[in-house]
Amino acid sequence: MKVPLSWLRDFVDIHLPVEDLARKLTAAGLEVDSIRYVGLPVPETKAGERHEFKSDGIAWDREKIVVAEIYEVMPHPNADRLVLCDLFDGREKHIVLTGAPNLYPYKGQGKLPRPIKVAYAKEGATLYDGHADGQTLMTLKRTKIRGVESYSMACSEKELGISDDHEGIIFLDDDAIPGTPLADYMGDVVFEISILPNMARCANIFGIAREVAALTGQPLKKPQIREQAGGSPIRDLVKIRIENPELNPRFVLGLIRNVEIKPSPYWVQRRLRLAGMRPINNVVDATNYTMLEIGEPLHAFDYDVLVRRAGGQPVTIITRTARPGEKLTTLDGVERTLSENNVLVCDSAGALSIAGVMGGQESEITEATRNILLEGAAWNFINIRRTAREHNLPSEASYRFSRGVHPALADVGVRRCLEWMAAWAGGVAAPDLVDAYPLPPVDPTVEVTPRDVRRLLGIEMSAEQIADLLRRVEFECQVDGDTVTVKTPPYRMDIGEGVVGLADVLEEVARLYGIENIPETRMADPLPPQLGNPAYEREEHLRDILVNLGLQEVITYRPTSQEREARLGIGGEAVRIANPIAPERSILRRSLLASVLDITEKNARLRESLAFFEIGPVFVSRGNDLPDEPRKLAIVLTGKRYSQAWDSKSSALLDFYDLKGIVAGMLDALALRGVSYEPLRESPIYHPGKCAQVIYDGKILGVFGELHPTIHARYEFGNAPVLGAEFDLDLLLSVEPVYTIRPVPEFPPVLEDIAVVVDDAVPAAQVEALIRQTGGKMVTSVRLFDVFRGEQIGRGKKSLAYSLTYQADKTLTDDEVATVRNKIVQRLQRELGAVLRT
Amino acid sequence: MLERIEQIKKEALESLQKVQDEAALEQWRIAHLGRSSPLMQVFSEFGALPKEERPRIGQAANQAKQVIEASFSERAQAIQEMKLNRALTEDTLDVTLPGRDFRRGRLHPSTQTMRRILAILAEMGFQVFTSREVETDEYNFQLLNFPPHHPAREMQDTLYIQAEGRGDNPLLLKTHTSPGQIRSMRYFAALNPDNPPPIRIALPGMCFRAEQITARSEVQFNQVEGLAVGEGITYADLKGTLADFARRMFGQNARVRFRSSYFPFTEPSAEVDVECFVCGGKGCSVCKQSGWLEILGCGMVHPVVLQNGGYDPRRYTGYAFGMGPERQAMLRYRINDIRYFWGNDMRFLEQF
Repeated sequence: MKVPLSWLRDFVDIHLPVEDLARKLTAAGLEVDSIRYVGLPVPETKAGERHEFKSDGIAWDREKIVVAEIYEVMPHPNADRLVLCDLFDGREKHIVLTGAPNLYPYKGQGKLPRPIKVAYAKEGATLYDGHADGQTLMTLKRTKIRGVESYSMACSEKELGISDDHEGIIFLDDDAIPGTPLADYMGDVVFEISILPNMARCANIFGIAREVAALTGQPLKKPQIREQAGGSPIRDLVKIRIENPELNPRFVLGLIRNVEIKPSPYWVQRRLRLAGMRPINNVVDATNYTMLEIGEPLHAFDYDVLVRRAGGQPVTIITRTARPGEKLTTLDGVERTLSENNVLVCDSAGALSIAGVMGGQESEITEATRNILLEGAAWNFINIRRTAREHNLPSEASYRFSRGVHPALADVGVRRCLEWMAAWAGGVAAPDLVDAYPLPPVDPTVEVTPRDVRRLLGIEMSAEQIADLLRRVEFECQVDGDTVTVKTPPYRMDIGEGVVGLADVLEEVARLYGIENIPETRMADPLPPQLGNPAYEREEHLRDILVNLGLQEVITYRPTSQEREARLGIGGEAVRIANPIAPERSILRRSLLASVLDITEKNARLRESLAFFEIGPVFVSRGNDLPDEPRKLAIVLTGKRYSQAWDSKSSALLDFYDLKGIVAGMLDALALRGVSYEPLRESPIYHPGKCAQVIYDGKILGVFGELHPTIHARYEFGNAPVLGAEFDLDLLLSVEPVYTIRPVPEFPPVLEDIAVVVDDAVPAAQVEALIRQTGGKMVTSVRLFDVFRGEQIGRGKKSLAYSLTYQADKTLTDDEVATVRNKIVQRLQRELGAVLRT
Repeated sequence: MLERIEQIKKEALESLQKVQDEAALEQWRIAHLGRSSPLMQVFSEFGALPKEERPRIGQAANQAKQVIEASFSERAQAIQEMKLNRALTEDTLDVTLPGRDFRRGRLHPSTQTMRRILAILAEMGFQVFTSREVETDEYNFQLLNFPPHHPAREMQDTLYIQAEGRGDNPLLLKTHTSPGQIRSMRYFAALNPDNPPPIRIALPGMCFRAEQITARSEVQFNQVEGLAVGEGITYADLKGTLADFARRMFGQNARVRFRSSYFPFTEPSAEVDVECFVCGGKGCSVCKQSGWLEILGCGMVHPVVLQNGGYDPRRYTGYAFGMGPERQAMLRYRINDIRYFWGNDMRFLEQF
């Protein structure tokens, strides 16, 4: 909300510097987003210096920009579109040249009966360029336009930085005295303030002024409404019928007769513009001005249109929900089809406006309007919110109504607005108001004690002090011993009942006390029982293991698309986002590997080798219930095995066994013993001959391998094989690690190599398993160090060379080792047809 | 004879000075200490000398031999040293050539920052409690005091999940870590429903908003929330805890500033700014000249939320605070594009 300082000063004296006020407001929850200076001095902003608030604007030089008056508007000798003004700036007279269209009507009329007051800028004044787009500063220089010398000008709002209006020059109100520095007459500062959802009461100038008064200790000057009425009272002319008080707790009408529709006084237009609204005419401006001033949105109907529609009957205003398919053409000229959720303001002939959101075209104020029926109402904020959304009609009125406007403001708003209409449009209000108030709200009463303040806020405060703070924002407080009975003032709807009400009131105590004044303490409360989170701890441990194995962690998007996952052959049911931000982010990922492969593809050309891992959930649909979120680990490797150095150019590529080494390293670090690897030929993702599943205790922990060539071809990976692994994290981390450590042997080991020739089809793991079984406790390490195929050993055969470590609790003799070795060789021979290679 | 010995010694020592390498040294040794060297000649002629001269001549010859041998060893050692020095000089590397790459693994910067936050919180007594990412409207909003159609819901653009027949309780991607407040409170309350234990936990997790992916906004982001519930926890404790946290996270001199704010699930609520740790509060481009960085939202747990979690608000109070690791990483490392995090470009990741 845009808040002009001058307007705030209607209700509270402000002695603080602008930035100090902004700081106070911000600390109290009225966050000042920016400060715009309109004529008053702008604090200088230098790079590298602290400026707590974003500030911009222009200062009006007090010597060079002043109030002036135009006595006569004369034609330019050489140009139809320019005029010359006989102008007095309080000291001397000038001939000023201008092209402002709003002066044309006065051209050649001789001396004006009443001089026109203007904002006058002298030579050397700095202003915004009225002809440039946006705000470009310029300095007035002496020049000649079509043969006439020009060195000064009468200004538009755009040139002064008040608004972007450059249609004509400003006509000031008659109270402006020539020679007065313009900055003194109407220099201003506009605060842009974010209004939090629980501070809807502050979405108006008076509401902010109330906070300023409370925060600065200044008295709040309430608007004094002067009512002057005449003619027949409204209650004889208009009736109200409310069909659903839940949706419309209150409806108030006032009537004003014989208004003259014309522009509002300039100060009103200026304030509306500074507050971000466009002036329309005095009557519409009065409704908007009152809404901005005290927070009650109002709607003006052309009363004569309603009388005509009533066809001789008294005018009856009815509020009800719309009938299905009912239509109304709103002020913006759009015919809208309404739904049963929408509340309408109607008369006996039909719909007049969408309640609290937008008026109808037929009964709107026109140049010809003479008599006005003025509506001030209270609506259900949720209903207004839904309606404004449904018809995409955000407006200043619906903004306020959808956050909650207290019904007590309805009649205040109508009275205030009638006063402004009478002042600006010259009408006379009819006596009284018609006020239907079927559902007055209960303003909660809450009891607060110093103990409550201590318990929640940690500060000591007496009952009287609590009451004093709350009275500043108009809570009615009664102190009885240690108890303050606090009644919510009838302007706010954010205070609840019971424990909620207590919290609401304590928040006010904290805010008004100043949260910066609350001390910083360390918790004295006992520590809670300690509960481990082993799943989380093991997951973080696994991250460290993978990093130690040289992998780069990635974190990818949970939202992905069917198309992305289809590349990896992932299909079937997915968890779908109902309102995705883009088609490529429309489902939740089902495969972590697919996500990491996408990242691999993105990086494929950037680096010669890539080694990624990600840990995170995938999403398994369970229909209309919450999906399962199993956690997974995915690993991807691709590219060169060795990084290229200036003296070595190995072209070896990462392959299955590199990944297997990482997998084995990871499992070893997790202290998982007794894992087996089994070939998996039917995976749709991996090469049928280069894929293994990792089995532990009969359970599949994960699968890894080289990507199937068909899958590989769907990505832009380049030529290197891509290795992938996906593990079920929950399973992987659920395995209880074996932490028992074997003692370091005291006696020397015997090291020996043996090589055996077996059929090519015999898995290496089988050979190793037999060696270990046969060797028993004495063989403590079996390491395959060579695999050889060649003519020497025969086709379809391979030689496997193992390095064995024999170890015992004594120094082994050659004979003892030979006995075991012979047993191993014999067993291999017997069971696998192996031949010892010599 | 004595003169001859003296002459032999002199010649040997003089020629030794000219010897520069091992080969020449060996030649010299054969020539001057070998079997047919002049000195050995003297020894072989020894028998022919008159008996009374033998001791004198013998002594002189032995002395000459010792001197020559000592000089030889000395020279041999000098030549060894020369040789080593030459070899070392020839074997010099260009130390400015690049070293061979070693594949270094790294944690994602978001994980790194998350860990930093959680480590500090852990030392302050906040244990990690994790919860799911797809949530119900009930847990994400209603139990946290956001009734349906409440204006506060507009503060968070929500991504909903397609599901039928769920009425006012649709599925959604959690918009904040706060559903974990309810889940953890209910978990702890269930341990002892009549006398729920105090709580001090950290809730890390991925959160989601229906926002376009731009340099400034993301569809997913991490959050960490701290929650403390007990029978004597005050707003002053919240301020003290966050001031302590800020000093640990941002430096011993980090000052914090509290501004009143609004969240439906806390009351009173506040935004917390930390004095800019880049410029020390003097004003710079990171803090947009304001001297302050907005890094936290916090407040006292709303009584309705306590109640929904199984904690009687008349007996218990609590506070909660939340922050974003990516935002903190962006400030710390001056990252000006939030898309870098989930873009996972190696050129970004390698820098951590």
